[in-house]
Parts: sequence; C-alpha cells; structure tokens
Amino acid sequence: MKFLKEYRDGALARDILRKIEGLSKKPVKLMEVCGTHTVAIFRHGIREVLPGNIALISGPGCPVCVTPNRHIDEAIELCRRRDVILTTFGDMMKVPGSNSSLAAEKAGGASIRIVYSTMDALDIARMNPEKEVIFFGIGFETTSPTIAAAVLQAEREGLNNFSVVGAQKLIPQAIRALLSDDEIGINGFILPGHVSAIIGVSPYEFIAGEFGIPAVVIGFEPVDILQGIYMLIKQIEEGAAKVEIQYNRGVPPAGNPHAMALLFKVFEVSDAIWRGIGTIPGTGLKLRKEYQKFDAVKKFGIKINDDREHPGCKCGDVLRGLKTPLECGLFGKACLPEHPVGACMVSVEGTCSAYYKYGKRSE
Amino acid sequence: MCLAVPAKIVSVDDNIAEVEIAGVVRKIGLDLVPEAKLHDYVLVHAGFAIQVIDEEEALKTLELFKEIMKHEIS
Ligand code: SF4
Repeated sequence: MKFLKEYRDGALARDILRKIEGLSKKPVKLMEVCGTHTVAIFRHGIREVLPGNIALISGPGCPVCVTPNRHIDEAIELCRRRDVILTTFGDMMKVPGSNSSLAAEKAGGASIRIVYSTMDALDIARMNPEKEVIFFGIGFETTSPTIAAAVLQAEREGLNNFSVVGAQKLIPQAIRALLSDDEIGINGFILPGHVSAIIGVSPYEFIAGEFGIPAVVIGFEPVDILQGIYMLIKQIEEGAAKVEIQYNRGVPPAGNPHAMALLFKVFEVSDAIWRGIGTIPGTGLKLRKEYQKFDAVKKFGIKINDDREHPGCKCGDVLRGLKTPLECGLFGKACLPEHPVGACMVSVEGTCSAYYKYGKRSE
Repeated sequence: MCLAVPAKIVSVDDNIAEVEIAGVVRKIGLDLVPEAKLHDYVLVHAGFAIQVIDEEEALKTLELFKEIMKHEIS
C-alpha cells in the first residue's frame, strides 16, 4: 500500500530515535488523545524505546470508552422494541450499560446488526421498510461526517424508517478541559491524525496560544510517531509552543472544509457527557432542528433516569491520564477483555485493553 | 475507531467509488471528498473517503526528514 513501507522503515525509525535521545533533556509527559495512536504506540513498542525522561500517557481518545452508560442504555431500550433493527459498529457490542449490553440483548433475541459504515445501515433500512432501522452512532470528528452524510442521504430518499442515536464527541474542547485540570501536567500533545484530517489545525491553536503547550498532528506509522515526538521534543527544548503538522500527507492545514460543512449542516454543537469525566461544554453534537425527525431517542420517547457506572471502574481517571490501568484494582482480575467491567477494556483502542493485550502488567 | 487506511480509487460512479484495499475492491462514499478523482489515493474511514492523500507532501516529508537526519547525525 502506498506510503506504508516508507513510514515503517526501521533504519529511519532508529535514526530518529537517536536524534530524540540526543535532543531530549527535560522530563516530559506527552499525551495522545487518539485510541488509534494508543494502539500503534503499544504495537510498535514505542514507550519502551523512548528515553526514560519521556513519558507517553493516553488520554480520552477512544469514542467507545468515553460513551457514558446513558447512551448505551438508550440503545438497549430501543433494541428491545420488536419493530426495531439496531445497527452499530462492532466495538459497541460488549460495552456494559447500567444493567445489560448490546451483546447480551442480541443473545436474548434482539435484532442488532454490526455494520462497517452508515451506508450499510441505510441499505438495511431500504430492505426492511416495515422496521425502524436505528444507527447507534458514536465517534469523533472523523466519523461524525459519515453519520451526517447518511442523514442527508435518508432525507433525499425520503427514507422515513431510519434514525440515529447520536453519541458523538468533539475533541478540541476536551483537550481544553484536560489542560484546565492542573493535576495532569501535560507538556505536549500528540494530536489525532484523522480527526484533524477533517477539522484542520485552527481549532487547536488555543493549546499553544493560551496554554503555551506544543502540539503536533501526527500519523500512525512508527516513523510518523517518532518523527512527531521529535518535533514535540524540539519545541519543548527550545521553549517554543506551536501547533504543527507531521502528518501532512493526510492533513492539510484547513482540514476538509466540505466534510465540516456537511457535518454542521446536520448537527450543531452541544455539551456532552464523557464517561467517568462528566459534562464537558462544547464537546457534543446534536441534530439541528430540521433534522430532529432522525433522532431515535426523541422519535420513540426514550427516557433513561437511573444510569450508573461500576463503582470500582477507574475509566474516568484512566481517560484523563491520571491513573494507569495498573492502578485499578479490577484490571486483569474482575475486568478482562472477555468480561469487561468498563469500556476502556472493551474497545481494542481502550487504554486498559491495550495494556492487557500488550502485556503491560507492571510499570 | 478513527482508523483510516490509504486506498486507490479504481472507479467512480457519482458519489460512490470503488477502491482497492489490500487487493480487495470495496465500495465507498465520496460524499465527503467530492473532488476525489479516478486513481487518487484517499484515506478511507467507515466506508467513506475522508481526505485525498497528498502524494507530493508524503514524499516531501520523508525526503526532508531523511536529509535532516543525514545532515545532523553525521
Ligand atoms: S481495568 Fe476495567 S474496571 Fe479498571 S479502569 Fe479499566 S475498564 Fe475500568
């Protein structure tokens, strides 16, 4: 595949690593806010090869992990209706809600289909006109435009049996919330490549401008990640604070204005609840008035009053980079990938799952 | 979740394209990148192209970086 081999070049990776070693003096904490980065960093053993003074910590970067029980409970309520086919991404199946999970509901006979794309959900709606086909939509800015595109397509076709449970999130203001939390103490941000492919870099300018912290949009191959870390360390050692792009083959500075226009044609910014963290202003999306007929929760009058999360689960602290999974008493014991207690263990991109899978049982 | 893979467009029909990902041909939506053309490389996420890959930038980044490395290491 194009541009994969070059960015997996071991010799180049080693050269960059030597450069980082030569340059890096200060103890620093760099945070990645994208689960795809978390997995890539673990898979390529990047934490282990970096000099000891550079710590990489994982932030709230997995949309599955940050989805609060309320939305899972809504999806569960909806899938219990006999006239409903619920469609969602595979990762959502095992996420525990307050009392059940979609996987358990499916085993109990609910009609739930895993889809790869919102286009598949539309196909199911076309083929099952007597059913309501609901897409349980989670995701960041990378995914939300694909949900917007499906809503617009349904509108064009007059597909009245299609609706969505929207649980999408926006990244930049979540970074602001992390930066406003003095406990965390981050010196640099590894910004998400594919969220940025949509939103561009201007929404992150406050990180450098207001907080004086460097940030670099980074790709996902080993050379990308090391090169991006090098750029961050260089800024830190020089006392600079800029927002830069390492991943410029996929991220033009302006992002994808067309996708942004589609997204905000259908949705508007709202507040959102993040699992274990709480409400963060300006980090959610809700359907605009003109498109509220596609809101499944409104359409079926679903009300969730008593959503609760497992008291022992430390996902909230893990998602803010305050604790590692190893500091959770349930990790690897009551909480395992086969029977996860919290969402951070369910998703392949969750920090707890990555720690477990890549054998990080001690620091 | 935000995984996106590079793929080459092998056919275009209005807002639907066929791309080749690791030898497999798949249909994707072009709604988010209407400017994408036949033979372009695009980043594909959840069944949609989300960005056209800039080949020139890709090569430039690598070459520039290799240059810096050579220069500064030796
Ligand atoms: S190990 Fe399980 S219970 Fe503990 S924080 Fe992670 S997901 Fe939650």
